[in-house]
Amino acid sequence: MKAVIAENLIKTYDKGRVRALDGLSLDVEEGTVLGVLGPNGAGKTTTVRVLTTLLKPDSGAAQVAGINVLKDPDEVRKVIGLSGQYAAVDETLTGWDNLIMFGRLYHLSGKQAAQRATDLLEQFLLTDRAKSPIRTYSGGMRRRLDLAASLIVKPKILFLDEPTTGLDPRGRQDMWGVIDELVKSGVTLLLTTQYLEEADHLADEIAVIDHGKVIARGTSDYLKRQVGGEKLEIVVELKDLAATKEIVAKVSASAVAVDEGMRQISAPVTTGSKALIEAARMLDDQGIHPLDIGLKRPSLDDVFLSLTGHVAEDEQSDALQTAGGKGKRGEKR
Amino acid sequence: MSKLSNSVSDALIITKRQILQLTRVPELLIFSTIQPVMFVLLFRYVFGGSIETGQPGGYVQLLMPGIFVQTVAFTLAGTSVGLASDMQKGLIDRFRSLPISRSAVVFGRTLGDAALNVLVLLVMGIAGYLVGWRPTSGIFMIFLGFLFLFVFGYAMSWIGVLIGLSVKEERVAQNVTFIAVFPLTFLSNAFAPTTGMPRFLQYFAEWNPVSTMVAACRQLFGLKNEFGATAGSFPSENPLEMSIIYIVLLMAVFIPLSIRKYNNTSK
Repeated sequence: MKAVIAENLIKTYDKGRVRALDGLSLDVEEGTVLGVLGPNGAGKTTTVRVLTTLLKPDSGAAQVAGINVLKDPDEVRKVIGLSGQYAAVDETLTGWDNLIMFGRLYHLSGKQAAQRATDLLEQFLLTDRAKSPIRTYSGGMRRRLDLAASLIVKPKILFLDEPTTGLDPRGRQDMWGVIDELVKSGVTLLLTTQYLEEADHLADEIAVIDHGKVIARGTSDYLKRQVGGEKLEIVVELKDLAATKEIVAKVSASAVAVDEGMRQISAPVTTGSKALIEAARMLDDQGIHPLDIGLKRPSLDDVFLSLTGHVAEDEQSDALQTAGGKGKRGEKR
Repeated sequence: MSKLSNSVSDALIITKRQILQLTRVPELLIFSTIQPVMFVLLFRYVFGGSIETGQPGGYVQLLMPGIFVQTVAFTLAGTSVGLASDMQKGLIDRFRSLPISRSAVVFGRTLGDAALNVLVLLVMGIAGYLVGWRPTSGIFMIFLGFLFLFVFGYAMSWIGVLIGLSVKEERVAQNVTFIAVFPLTFLSNAFAPTTGMPRFLQYFAEWNPVSTMVAACRQLFGLKNEFGATAGSFPSENPLEMSIIYIVLLMAVFIPLSIRKYNNTSK
């Protein structure tokens, strides 16, 4: 059963000049996690807004829990939880006040709301700060409370729009832990993120979106294979560049890439460590001492770059850093 | 529960949230009452001595209805800043994702701001009394006067809803409402006779809802309205009726517009 289906969603702004969603389709299997991955402005938030009834698309269809989102938004609102990019809670009130307010808005009785607030505060490790105003919370605590508020009626389907954007590494780890727990409990989750490692860590499946369209989808492993398997990468002194290129050509069946600036030779290989050892032996025979040599599995960075031709996060980010592989995009913000 | 009683209880939860805010951050309450009281004192003692009114009891009798109306007119600012801030923080989006009535949040908000006005008017009335304000019309008419102020403040609050949901940013809301309301309260009979204004401003001042409200309140508190009435026009002759028309018009226009805005809005 599909818990979420979006079909050919189109949403334009500014009289059609800006196409926020340009025929976006996706679906989420019940009980699984779909990571919607894309750079700022790709259409992630717009997608979530449409699916959570906040925004009407110009055209297209959407279903959540079998309910038509456009025809029956009120029914959809009863079964979903939404936690946005910003901690959307009342900062002047305490964590307790907020959970009670939202509980009452879900039409729980006073007693039920209090019980639920108590449970959620405990589950999210906020019990000792329950009676403090939210403005005194750390960023991570705010996000956790925000998430708690979206879980009041135990929704079967949860939408998390960039749940860790702006959090420090510690806050992100905590959030991941909390989300992992939720997923174990059987919730269907649609999660947007611009952090490649986050999608890798949390999602069963990843939909890569760019310019309002899904441009690739599959498991993290599948997407990585799309870019090719392992790559042999060798960095040498400038004078050894040509000789090294010849050696690499012998162990790889594909084209060899040479980056003179980085003094790096790289090429896809199919035999893994065997190719690495062979290349190392040949280098040694010729008296070439590589500065760096290794096998690299493609990261989602590479996936994104090869799919879109541009870098995931900052459009201006220099290509060198991305070519260098992993990078530290997670900590950038 | 029926749909209507659900809507009402949803709205009341939002109102309760605002009242809770006041108890959690008492500064909010203190500052929203200090400012009007400060105006009472400033006008009473700065202009009070130099404006000749010809009314028994002096300037303060004319001033108080003016300040009351100015204060409730500024409800618009409170409403719009509050909603813009909720908008900015994503709270409105969260409310809109809940299975609650599509008008609960805006009705709850305006009701909360109106509730605050009751308190503010009470404090101002006491402050006015302490500096010499003595309404002479009897307890029923005085109550009617305050009720009238309350309803006018509520109507103005709906303009604030539309502004707050449109500008979506707290500081912008603050500036927009300040620029909108201040001229409205000063281009009126609230603090000085309109007869001293240039001719074209006199016309504006005369039809200004603030002027008709001030004139109406002066009547209800037992005064002749000495300030306006330059041309024997309908608003200057019938301030009470004209004010009621304005209030009804404001609500008829801004309540549906605001609710529509709320339902189509997004951060």
